[in-house]
Amino acid sequence: MNITLKLFASLGTFLPPGAARNAIELDVKNGATIGDVLTQHCVPREICHLILVNGIFAPPAIADSKQLIEGDTLAVWPPVAGG
Amino acid sequence: MGWTGQVMRVNLTEGTCTPEALNMEWAGEYLGQRGLASKYLCEEMDPRIDPLSPDNMMIFATGPLTGTCASTGGRFSVITKGALTGAIACSNSGGYWGAELKFAGWDMIILEGKASSPVYLCIIDDKVELLDASDIWGKSVWDTDAWIKTRHQDPQMHISAIGIAGENGVLYAGIVNDLHRAAGRSGVGAVMGSKNLKAIAVRGTGGVKVDDFLAFMTATTAAKKVLAGNAVTGEGLPTYGTQVLMNIINESGALPTRNNRDVQFEDVHDISAEAMAAPSGKDGKPNLQTNQACFSCTIACGRISKVNEEHYTVQNKPEYWHASGGLEYEAAWALGAAVGVKDLDALTYANFICNEQGIDPISFGSTLAAAMEMYEDGVITDKETGGLALEFGSAQALTTAVELTGKAEGFGKELGMGSKRLCDKYGRPELSMTVKGQEFPAYDPRGIQGMGLGYATANRGGCHLRSYTVASEILGIPEKTDPLVTDGKPGLVKAFQDATAAVDSSGLCIFTTFAWTMEDIAPQIDADLPGDWSVDRLLEVGERIWNLERQFNLQAGFTAKDDTLPKRLLNDAAKTGPAKGLVAGLDKMLPEYYELRGWTKEGVPTSETLSRLAL
Repeated sequence: MNITLKLFASLGTFLPPGAARNAIELDVKNGATIGDVLTQHCVPREICHLILVNGIFAPPAIADSKQLIEGDTLAVWPPVAGG
Repeated sequence: MGWTGQVMRVNLTEGTCTPEALNMEWAGEYLGQRGLASKYLCEEMDPRIDPLSPDNMMIFATGPLTGTCASTGGRFSVITKGALTGAIACSNSGGYWGAELKFAGWDMIILEGKASSPVYLCIIDDKVELLDASDIWGKSVWDTDAWIKTRHQDPQMHISAIGIAGENGVLYAGIVNDLHRAAGRSGVGAVMGSKNLKAIAVRGTGGVKVDDFLAFMTATTAAKKVLAGNAVTGEGLPTYGTQVLMNIINESGALPTRNNRDVQFEDVHDISAEAMAAPSGKDGKPNLQTNQACFSCTIACGRISKVNEEHYTVQNKPEYWHASGGLEYEAAWALGAAVGVKDLDALTYANFICNEQGIDPISFGSTLAAAMEMYEDGVITDKETGGLALEFGSAQALTTAVELTGKAEGFGKELGMGSKRLCDKYGRPELSMTVKGQEFPAYDPRGIQGMGLGYATANRGGCHLRSYTVASEILGIPEKTDPLVTDGKPGLVKAFQDATAAVDSSGLCIFTTFAWTMEDIAPQIDADLPGDWSVDRLLEVGERIWNLERQFNLQAGFTAKDDTLPKRLLNDAAKTGPAKGLVAGLDKMLPEYYELRGWTKEGVPTSETLSRLAL
């Protein structure tokens, strides 16, 4: 299935070749979890602080159980803030 | 103790500078800075006065931690009746000016009346005098800064000044200190301009004493370790600044775009922190040059950037080729997504002009966005704009409009009125994205529900910094709440408002609270000041300040009807993103909020509430 992976701030360095504007479309196995996708791209889990799936917050603790579906957008940030 | 105990009262009409003792009884009830100066304002001024008349008072106020080695202890605030809003205004700034004022031996400067001709206030330790400013009236903040330092032959002076915008009555003119830090909101610069006061220059050679030195060093050292060890304040903010929010808020479906018609901006990446850090231009260097800290700050979130020298805005203007302040998130949003512009160099240049001429970029961008929508609708035409095509997405429109606004020339005069007055003038009040006359910033309440209640009830008008529930609703600080629901938000907003009022009165930066709780802050204040400053006392002070400000606004003529949001947010559902189909659920939150505050259904503090808070 196809998903979009977006990695921001310092995590941007873990995006594979071909990524543009901090995003890339990926073909992943059906039923892949958030954790599967992050592991596949060697993204250090301990600094995956804010995870959004289609803009909705996904607690890092459920990353290994939360399955993605076709067309999902997975966006991840390290610890950041602003205002 | 953290106070010098000295206040300088300046009567601009009479041309007098008279020292007086700080009211320590009030300092015990209102802490300092925002709270204490608001108390002075409420005690000494009729809230019904015209904010641009000589009757308006203006107070530059430090907090008890300003000028100390507590991390971020350099903040000061400008308290007055806002020119833009007619509500109580408190605009907070960093940089070095506030600490320098304390070093000169002053806790606050109270300004009254109006000078008969342009002046600047010069403070060199205990020597305080009003000096002729006719040579710098008409000059920018940056030129004023250089002129004063040259005249006094002292590059270590710190200067707060208005630019041309404040002189020309731009209603959202701000006061800029240290070249690019600003008391930006609510038109405090317009009030300063109305008083013929160009600048306050300060040089101080003293220090700040604290009540219990050993306890103070212990508390501040421990608190600094918390900031350094926290991933957000120790690494995220210094590396990426506030601008890292751009993609977060856009993904969350809460990035106000094209005058809040949309909640996501298709070109968001081009104006984000990631774009600022990416190589650009022929030299391959990024827009972002470095980060910068304010006085005593161990976070250093500030951005220092450059406009590409080949960009059309600066091609023949080498005076803009240097690195300067920005873009911070709110400004990048206002000059970018709000007006649909994706040209990062144009945003950076527009931000430079805001700093140079003393313009609040949030209010300017939001006002321009409303003008662009009216231009698109044909309500405003080329006849009114002088041929300037005010089209959403036009970088040329953005950069020309900001120049015209600062100079109050052409259509810039109309933009300088602010969004509310502009939309009223052209018969489209519903297009003004304001609360109590002030343009609200970079979070659409349809996607972050708590911010809607925060905007609606902010005492200085539409504002994110009075209860930054984004921390909880989006970032999960101190704990994650769902941004799309209204349940629990009245209590969350009240808690943020009260705690923020206390922090804003201390001399500390609110950004510390991404890592610090009140448990980290209280020991620092407790060691700084005589008496017992517990978390409970600070929160009570915060609640007292909030109600004091509310009382000012009620006496100024505001009512519960003003605790609302633009109809667009209340009636038109978000079109995309997680909030698709949602409107701002203010009606579900406001009654509970009033009840939690101890206010009547009409939004008036009850006698029991006032009595409980000793108001």
